[in-house]
Amino acid sequence: MILFLLQLIFVGTEIFSGYLLEALSGQITHFSFRLHGGFFTKGIWGLITLGEKEGGKNGDHSTMLLITGIIAVMVLLVVMGIYLFNIRDAYKTGKLLDETGHCPTTKEYFKNTYSKFFAYVILIPIVIYIMFIVIMPIIFAILTAFTNYNTNHLPPGNLISWVGFSNFKKLFQIPIWSSTFFSVLRWTVVWAVLATFTTYFFGMFQAILLNSKYTKCKTLYRGIMILPWAIPQLISLLVFRNFLNGQFGPVSKFLMDIGLTDHRIAFLADPFIAKITILVVNLWLGFPMFMIMIQGILSNIDKSLYEAAEIDGGGGFKIFRFITLPLVLRATAPLIVMNLAGNFNGFGIIYFLTNGGPVNSSYQFAGDTDILISWIYKLTLEQKLYDMAAVMNIMIFILIAVVSIWNFRRTQAFKEV
Amino acid sequence: MWKRRAKAILINAELILVSIIVLIPVIWIVMSSFNKGQNLSTASFIPKELTLSNYTQLFKETEFGSWFFNSLSVATLNALISVILILLTAWIVSRFKFKGKKTGLLTLLVLSMFPSFLSMTAVYTLFIVFELVNKPIALVILYAAGAIPYNVWLVKGYIDGIPSSLDEAAYIDGSSKLNTFVRIIVPMSTPIIVYCAVSQFMMPWMDYIIPNLLLTGNKNKTVAVGLYSMISNDQNANFTLFAAGAVLVAVPITIMYLLFQKFLVQGIVAGASKE
Repeated sequence: MILFLLQLIFVGTEIFSGYLLEALSGQITHFSFRLHGGFFTKGIWGLITLGEKEGGKNGDHSTMLLITGIIAVMVLLVVMGIYLFNIRDAYKTGKLLDETGHCPTTKEYFKNTYSKFFAYVILIPIVIYIMFIVIMPIIFAILTAFTNYNTNHLPPGNLISWVGFSNFKKLFQIPIWSSTFFSVLRWTVVWAVLATFTTYFFGMFQAILLNSKYTKCKTLYRGIMILPWAIPQLISLLVFRNFLNGQFGPVSKFLMDIGLTDHRIAFLADPFIAKITILVVNLWLGFPMFMIMIQGILSNIDKSLYEAAEIDGGGGFKIFRFITLPLVLRATAPLIVMNLAGNFNGFGIIYFLTNGGPVNSSYQFAGDTDILISWIYKLTLEQKLYDMAAVMNIMIFILIAVVSIWNFRRTQAFKEV
Repeated sequence: MWKRRAKAILINAELILVSIIVLIPVIWIVMSSFNKGQNLSTASFIPKELTLSNYTQLFKETEFGSWFFNSLSVATLNALISVILILLTAWIVSRFKFKGKKTGLLTLLVLSMFPSFLSMTAVYTLFIVFELVNKPIALVILYAAGAIPYNVWLVKGYIDGIPSSLDEAAYIDGSSKLNTFVRIIVPMSTPIIVYCAVSQFMMPWMDYIIPNLLLTGNKNKTVAVGLYSMISNDQNANFTLFAAGAVLVAVPITIMYLLFQKFLVQGIVAGASKE
């Protein structure tokens, strides 16, 4: 009501001073308030209560209410922003009028606004689009962590309610949750670190060999080794899943045929072997990218550095240790961190190779090779424990965001803002 | 002399070995796709008989044709829309001064690191309201939005490198803002545009999670979902069919990757270059 009155006064003053644009925007806000009169109040009510009437068609749909609630609050914030902006703008023009005694015409004003706020004119639709598709769902996911949205409370049949921090408490206090969480977290960290560094150093090794003066047909080798990078990853992963299949796959058959083992090897079904297999497959997939990058850096290193080192009597290894390695590391550090963060959330390789399996009965809905992100996937889509998945989501997010921002702040792109 | 020769042999031997290891799975899947048998256990490295029946069967008995078309249209649209949005935003962010630019961009970048499965439930509900579920265009809407945060940073960095004296000269000659954008900024940033377009084109081919959630019905699937469904239920049975599909998808994409590798490498380097 107060807002409405303010808008009325606002519209009145706008029309009086003849600013068509503001009047228009003022009227639109006023109009939407009237039209969606119930929308905002109902949205906020829904956000707070998450529905009061339980059950079926006539009851309240809690997820729906949560989503409309978030949208209502977001729109309100935007309208308030526009409103404040309009007031400031009106004040400014008023001041101008006092100073110069000249009232800008609508046309002049429009042109002025266009050049001044051209950026906003183009950005606003994009911002709205992103708010709905990117930001709203994320807020929804964060808020879910504080509700009991799980397989026992599934709308539209049941209502969801706010439960505060009890999901977080559950994660740390209920033994099966906390033990699964910490075991999965441990393997996630081990996996991310090993996966990144094996691919990095193997890639560097191949790059150095390719650049060596003894190497013949460099382009041929490079062309072949670049393949795992160029072939779509999902295809490679599904191929490996079959290739290494313990029961029917050709690799374990081959090993049996040449007499290395007398039984089929379960590359993807034994907890320990599966972890090693994942790392090896990842090496196959990942080394070419680093190889290409490092090859580029190597060819840019000043040749005179090497010559100077040779005159000073440095051997091959010493040259590598004190010239090549520091230079390459310096140049690729952000790439390593990005890769680490990527592997930490490397859903594809785990899901498509082993599906997180083999299932570990002492874990809560997780398998031995599950990393946090694939565990979250199972919790969300298979177990429908949205509340716990949301808690885990927040934990991962904090971890990844801190590392990534730290990394990103040091790159070129950031400094030039 | 002896030492040098030993070194040369060792290095070349290692490179040959790695090349072979890289090639084995690739050759195996290509060979399997020409294999006569149906299942994984009988698919052999050197088939006794080569046949194209898997390929014909793929188009006759599965919906591979429409999967492929779905993926292709999503990929093309996504590349187009993403590039336009990214480029416009990056240009504005790079050339215009306004409040909250840095904070806004950084917030967006950080938020985009949020794992996406859970937010997908919200998106799903939203799409039901707008009746977008089961339409491939829904994927484009999501992919293009998801592409903005990181790529805007990337392209902005690139546009910053174009001397602004160029656009000022154009303004003096009476060129409008949009005209300057189209005539000067776009041509000058071709390499990074190619990077964005190619990477956005590639992405939908291999994304599994989002299409799996949003598209139901066999005909609406994208290639990734379709191929996975072929082997997820019974790994052994449809294997050679899967192999044929995998080859059909992988060959054009791999060739594209190799053709554009210069731009792709440049793009990755640009995102991670340090002082």
